[in-house]
Amino acid sequence: MTPRKVWRPWGVFAWLAGILFALPVLWMILTSFHSESDAATNPPSLLAPLTLSGYEEFFGVSSGVSPWPPLINSASASIGSTILVLLLAIPAAYALSIKPVRKWSDVLFFFLSTKMLPVVAGTLPIYLFAQFSGLLDNISFLTVLYTSMNLPIAVWLMRSFLAEVPVEMLEAAALDGAGLITTLRRVVAPVAMPGIAATSLICFIFSWNELLFARVLTGVVAGTAPVFLTSFVTSQGLFLAKVCAAATVISLPVLAAGFAAQDKLVQGLSLGAVK
Amino acid sequence: MARIGARRAGCAAIGAVLAAASLTACSGAGGGGAGGANSINVLMVNNPQMVDLQKLTADNFTKQTGITVNFTVLPENDVRDKISQDFSSQAGQYDVATISNYEIPFYAKNGWLAPLDDYISKDTAFDQNDILAPMRVSLTADDGKVYGEPFYGESSFLMYRKDVFQAKGLTMPANPTWQQVADLAAQVDGAQAGMKGICLRGQPGWGEVMAPLDTVVNTFGGTWFTKDWQAQLTSPEFKQATQFYVDLVRAHGESGAPQAGFTECLNNLEQGKVAMWYDATSAAGSLEAPDSPVAGKLGYAPAPVVKTKSSGWLYTWAWGVQKASKKQDNAWKFISWASSKGYENLVGSQLGWSRVPAGKRASTYTNPDYVKAAGPFASQTKDAITSADPKNPGVQPRPTLGIQFVDIPEFTDLGTQVSQQISSAIAGSTTVDAALTAAQALAEKVATKYQGK
Amino acid sequence: MATQALVDRPLVNPVRSGPKRAAEWARRAPLLPALVFTIIITQLPFVVTLIISFLRWNALDPSNRGFAGLGNYIAVATDSALRSSVVTTVILTVAVVVVSLLLGLGLALLLDQKFRGRGFVRTLLIAPFLVVPVAAALLWKHVLYNPEYGLLNGALTWIWSLFGGANPPQPDWISSMPLISVEAALVWQWTPFMMLILLAGLQSRPGDAIEAAQIDGATPWQVFRYLTLPHLRQYLELGGLLGSIYIVQNFDAVFTITSGGLGTANLPYTIYQTFFQAHDYGQASAAGVIVVIASIIIATFALRVVSSLLRNEVKS
Repeated sequence: MTPRKVWRPWGVFAWLAGILFALPVLWMILTSFHSESDAATNPPSLLAPLTLSGYEEFFGVSSGVSPWPPLINSASASIGSTILVLLLAIPAAYALSIKPVRKWSDVLFFFLSTKMLPVVAGTLPIYLFAQFSGLLDNISFLTVLYTSMNLPIAVWLMRSFLAEVPVEMLEAAALDGAGLITTLRRVVAPVAMPGIAATSLICFIFSWNELLFARVLTGVVAGTAPVFLTSFVTSQGLFLAKVCAAATVISLPVLAAGFAAQDKLVQGLSLGAVK
Repeated sequence: MARIGARRAGCAAIGAVLAAASLTACSGAGGGGAGGANSINVLMVNNPQMVDLQKLTADNFTKQTGITVNFTVLPENDVRDKISQDFSSQAGQYDVATISNYEIPFYAKNGWLAPLDDYISKDTAFDQNDILAPMRVSLTADDGKVYGEPFYGESSFLMYRKDVFQAKGLTMPANPTWQQVADLAAQVDGAQAGMKGICLRGQPGWGEVMAPLDTVVNTFGGTWFTKDWQAQLTSPEFKQATQFYVDLVRAHGESGAPQAGFTECLNNLEQGKVAMWYDATSAAGSLEAPDSPVAGKLGYAPAPVVKTKSSGWLYTWAWGVQKASKKQDNAWKFISWASSKGYENLVGSQLGWSRVPAGKRASTYTNPDYVKAAGPFASQTKDAITSADPKNPGVQPRPTLGIQFVDIPEFTDLGTQVSQQISSAIAGSTTVDAALTAAQALAEKVATKYQGK
Repeated sequence: MATQALVDRPLVNPVRSGPKRAAEWARRAPLLPALVFTIIITQLPFVVTLIISFLRWNALDPSNRGFAGLGNYIAVATDSALRSSVVTTVILTVAVVVVSLLLGLGLALLLDQKFRGRGFVRTLLIAPFLVVPVAAALLWKHVLYNPEYGLLNGALTWIWSLFGGANPPQPDWISSMPLISVEAALVWQWTPFMMLILLAGLQSRPGDAIEAAQIDGATPWQVFRYLTLPHLRQYLELGGLLGSIYIVQNFDAVFTITSGGLGTANLPYTIYQTFFQAHDYGQASAAGVIVVIASIIIATFALRVVSSLLRNEVKS
């Protein structure tokens, strides 16, 4: 199995597939640099003059509406909920894999079953609760909801990663008298780091993208980026360039994080990698 | 080796994340404090006129009164859902919202809106009598109190390419009937390359395809419900009207009709893909704007009729104040500014007269600057609105208000479900008869709720 | 180096005496924060939903509130719109998961080979998953599918013009194949996710076994069928499971692309419509409860009987 970087036919296929899959995204980025009327022509104008008007609309040059509050809200909700999720999920996963409780598979199933409730059906009680306790339009409340939304998957994923920690290292640590925290820090964390990175990335992505709760529970102050994106869609007049510009900017953090961490993602998802 | 490197990288990453989180958490935690004593929260649909308002508020209204206005702007479907959620639970997140003459009567009945009569009588500068009569009627609830002030209003009329008609030697009658319009569409179909006869909405939605279709139904003599709430969707008149509409769109209408809403038809007319368009009077503002390719080439005719004298719809995006709002005085200050003659002049002078939120005041149509800029369509718009009768839009008595809708809360759901059937008929995946039979069943279910009352 | 999944190490001596009980609780302790948190935030709303499902509560009709008994459940069970949305949900989920798994498998196999620019191609291929879903739905609806100015029809026009044709077909994608349009957009978004999971599986294959098989003269197809596929089984199941969970709940795509029309209304959309447009909270809650019970039954069956993920494999 000697690796030879040669132009095999598979390589060509792969390139074609890659370009085809990424084509809508590339087109979206290109359209964001066109004017509204150029964006809406048929046949599509590939070589239309480039302009920043879409981005100017997004950044509120003419409307005076700044996109930064929604972007900051999304960032704080996503990062905050990811940290909370890790703090809750890693110990839980430990208790389901390395030193498992007795009914670990039932517990795991319970966690997963919480994702079966159609989120839509749960919005009313949550809305009522938020209204009653004055937590409407509050980004911290949204952060807590996102944490609960991602916790089951995080527990599931972390459990798989922690299950790969070599038994011998844990036994050695136990023999040396290491407590739970020390074991976690020095034995588990290094081995599971790709897994932690993968889990964090997934939780960040899902929190950043979430729309339903954000739309229902936020208002003036706590609006997130996806909600802000929908405000560009109007039923009166053209909006393609604006929406593409908004979509590009709003997807940038996720795109950047995903591209940077794709190695970790693949690595982390390897359940049972051969060392 | 790799493990230690990975571990260091991992720690660094977590450290960076924590630092970022603490920064963002500060801004997030402080988020609750945007509402000062002198600020109000306004929820609006993102139509161009509202976006203009958003632009002009800080430098004008806030400077004059010191009241900060926090806007939330959303597309129409989303904003209706959010408004109904906020107002029905009286959560008080928004003080003012753009509500239409569809919602105001039953929102008022449910006690969700604050009555505005006291403010109106004290604020003579606002000049309530300048508001066009049909608008005033449609925003007054059963108890006789006014619950909303219009921001802009519209009816519907027929827009057509004068130049294309002239080239083909056709003339548009002064008061066209639908049959005449259908014939004209057939004749002008293909007058230019890729040009179809007429653009009619086909997109599902109670405010999309149902709006023009309902006006066609009215003038053909049909109705949704009789006075005692018998559903009439399978009546001969309703069927005839719907069959006519569907046939016209399929034969001489725009491509992609089942998905075509206001924007698509606007685009079509601007790009010369259709020669006529029956839709909202508010479209004329965009069509006659300086950068529109068809500016100056359009003619305007009243909404086509059959059995009635007029058939334009009546719709207004109006301001409603939530009953649970604690800032009703400030809310009125904002409303009275946004719907004032002064604001119209402000828009006209700063942004252009075609962008004025018109269709609500009689004085707009006597304003020489506006009439000059809006010349072609101003009088047709005003006539369309003033001839609209929300109480009696058809040939028979109605159980409730509404021209292009039935003013019951269930209509959003009912109208949307029926519109999905109609859209399918336009797409050709079902017949008009089958669509209307299904629609009749849905309407009967709703009607039973009201029959006992 | 073999690692045995060390999950199943039950207490050898299940005597519930003092130190053993303390040890049990010590094992449970790390689990408790997550468990308690989840119970509070997910089960309490479910209980409230349950209570509301027995009430007659329509926000648009405040005068008509009261106890409804099983009225909402009967209305939901007899509602044909809800039944068809269940069917739609099943079709949508199965189609999207199966197609994206197959495509993901193909792409993962391609990416498993070494060729020039492999890293860049992988970056291109995961881009769809990283675009915000509502942005992706808007992209598909307005920028790609639109019959007037979308890219798909624009490309057709351009291709036709290359051959001198003046009348390119300009199909109305969303109207003529609504469910497939939604499915295509979802497959586009989820294939990278499946691809990553399967790629991880491919890259964790025990290399020695494959070398041995190849030395013994096995064809690539035989290697694939008898060695790769069994190894990939749990990855396929993981992808299928996670994909199903998320796609059953999918709301953005249906809401944005077709507004639930033309027969594409799936369960989340129908429940949303009942909540936020019809404002019938009682009925919507009843629908939610029924969906939860049904999903748990299906999930129990699927996970316990079918999946190998909850069992422990001895890896060699």
